[in-house]
Amino acid sequence: MNLKRRNQVEREYTGPLIQLKDIHKVYYMGSSEIYANHGINLEINQGEFVAIIGKSGSGKSTIMNIIGALDVPTSGQYILKGKDVSKMNDNELAVIRNKMIGFIFQQYNLLPKERLINNVALPLLYSGMGKEERHKRAMEALEKVDIADKYRNFPNQLSGGQQQRGAVARALVTNPSLILADEPTGALDSKTSVELLKFLKQLNEEGNTIVLITHDRSVAEEANRIVSLQDGRIIFDGTVDEYRKQVAG
Amino acid sequence: MKLGQAFKLAWQCILGSKMRSFLTMLGMIIGVGSVITLLGLMQGVTNYLIDTFSEMGTNNISVTVKNTDTRVVDVDDVYEFTKENSAVFTGVTPSVASSYTVKNGSSSLSTTVTGVGEDYLDLNSIDLDWGRSVSYADIKNRYNACVLGSYLVEELYDGKISAGDTIRIDGQVFTVAGVLKEQDDSTEGSTDDCIYIPYSVACRLAGSTNISSYTFVVKDADLVTAGETLLDNYLYDIMKSEDLYNVRSMTELLNTINSMTTLMSAILGGIAGISLLVAGIGIMNIMLVSVVERTKEIGIRKSLGAKRRDIMWQFVIEAASISMLGGFVGVVIGYVATVTLGNMFGVEAAPTTNSILLAFGVSAAIGIGFGYAPANKAAGLNPIDALRSE
Repeated sequence: MNLKRRNQVEREYTGPLIQLKDIHKVYYMGSSEIYANHGINLEINQGEFVAIIGKSGSGKSTIMNIIGALDVPTSGQYILKGKDVSKMNDNELAVIRNKMIGFIFQQYNLLPKERLINNVALPLLYSGMGKEERHKRAMEALEKVDIADKYRNFPNQLSGGQQQRGAVARALVTNPSLILADEPTGALDSKTSVELLKFLKQLNEEGNTIVLITHDRSVAEEANRIVSLQDGRIIFDGTVDEYRKQVAG
Repeated sequence: MKLGQAFKLAWQCILGSKMRSFLTMLGMIIGVGSVITLLGLMQGVTNYLIDTFSEMGTNNISVTVKNTDTRVVDVDDVYEFTKENSAVFTGVTPSVASSYTVKNGSSSLSTTVTGVGEDYLDLNSIDLDWGRSVSYADIKNRYNACVLGSYLVEELYDGKISAGDTIRIDGQVFTVAGVLKEQDDSTEGSTDDCIYIPYSVACRLAGSTNISSYTFVVKDADLVTAGETLLDNYLYDIMKSEDLYNVRSMTELLNTINSMTTLMSAILGGIAGISLLVAGIGIMNIMLVSVVERTKEIGIRKSLGAKRRDIMWQFVIEAASISMLGGFVGVVIGYVATVTLGNMFGVEAAPTTNSILLAFGVSAAIGIGFGYAPANKAAGLNPIDALRSE
């Protein structure tokens, strides 16, 4: 399939972006089994801004790893943009992560020995893109997050907020189907947190699908839809208003 | 990820921690350097030995006979035998060597005086500086003519000598017929320290009537064995006992030297090779530490879409780069060391191309081989665990 045709197919795809069908994840610790996810069913459409909220041990990290194609479920089906990811091998998962998902981590996770531009261009390196094109796209992404002037700096020469913006640029550079943010404000002060969330909202309004994982209610309420997890099960799935009502009630 | 990028990345990592990279490389530098130096010096010594013995003539067969009252090897018969077998032998010359005191005026010294046939100088490719060699007439007439080596001219005549000058050998007066070209800086004990006289005269000086040793020259080094067999048969017919004659050639000696030095090279190379192995283990050790230190980095790369293969390449190429860089420096140091030590020991030694290629190839192979295990460990890391590590 040539590139043009593939783009057409992708554009034509109108079904739900994410379909989780009865996802179970079991960890084996010695002889005991630990159920991290206990039958999760979830659909997320393109263009949604969903927050997954839960305390530690609720299974939110496990579900994030599965959605982010870092891990596969023990049973159940995960369909991302029509593709069954749940049975993929390591290399196929790597391709999914590379092409379809943009990660934003709590600790930014920029490589300390690489300049910002190279950090941002890293996903493109692994998709085999030529140097000039990589550079061009990385600069575009940096302009989008407004730190293009810092492109030659090393991460430790940037503030926390700037580093996180760099990480956002890296997530955007491949033009992914899904942006997956894991506690993106966890290491930021409140002012920069607000700025980042505002920026994520803006990205969502531009048509990007965003899934945000957090334990913080105030952060989760910046999204349009909240999915609450407890003991590996979904205990709430609805709009922010509904969530507020439920929590109050 | 392309190979060029992997090399660039490896280069960054090596430069990123220069001290550690250097210490890791040091093992490889020493290993490769010592392999090249030892093999180079050994080759130099081998060449020196072979050259030295070749000067004595690889195409020569020496024969010594113990003449008895009833069984005698006659000179004329030997010449006849050589002529009959001209397909094998270029020629023959008696060579009767003894040590005598030689004198010119008041200066005297002791040297080897060899009684030879008229073909001796030609057969042994020895050139005259001036004058003539021992002639057939000298031999027939037992005329006291001699040819001097350049050392004697320097020592006894202060370098100034002309035809017709005389020299005393064991008290007898000899006329100098010619002087040999300098071959070996006119030093004592060298090929320049010699006198040639007619073999008939030499027999008289020694007080014997028969020639006890001959040098046969064969046409080609390949014919040495055939010549030896012919001589063995011929001499056995006359002497009727293997104890009364001896046939020897340089070929056997050279073969022995060759096999001995090859063995020595293998042993020395093996010992130096062990240091290459140790260097490889050092590289593996550092790479394993490096993988642990960079677990987080590996996790980040994997989360961004790096495949197993990409991580694998990154670490294998880093190990190979360190190894090859060390190997390259080792080659340079080994080269310099070989030449310097060679000069110190007076051996003309240069590293052989083979030893350089071998050492460099081994260093690259060791880098890849010993880099594989750490790289495999890195590539197999679970991205979730790797991301979580600090």
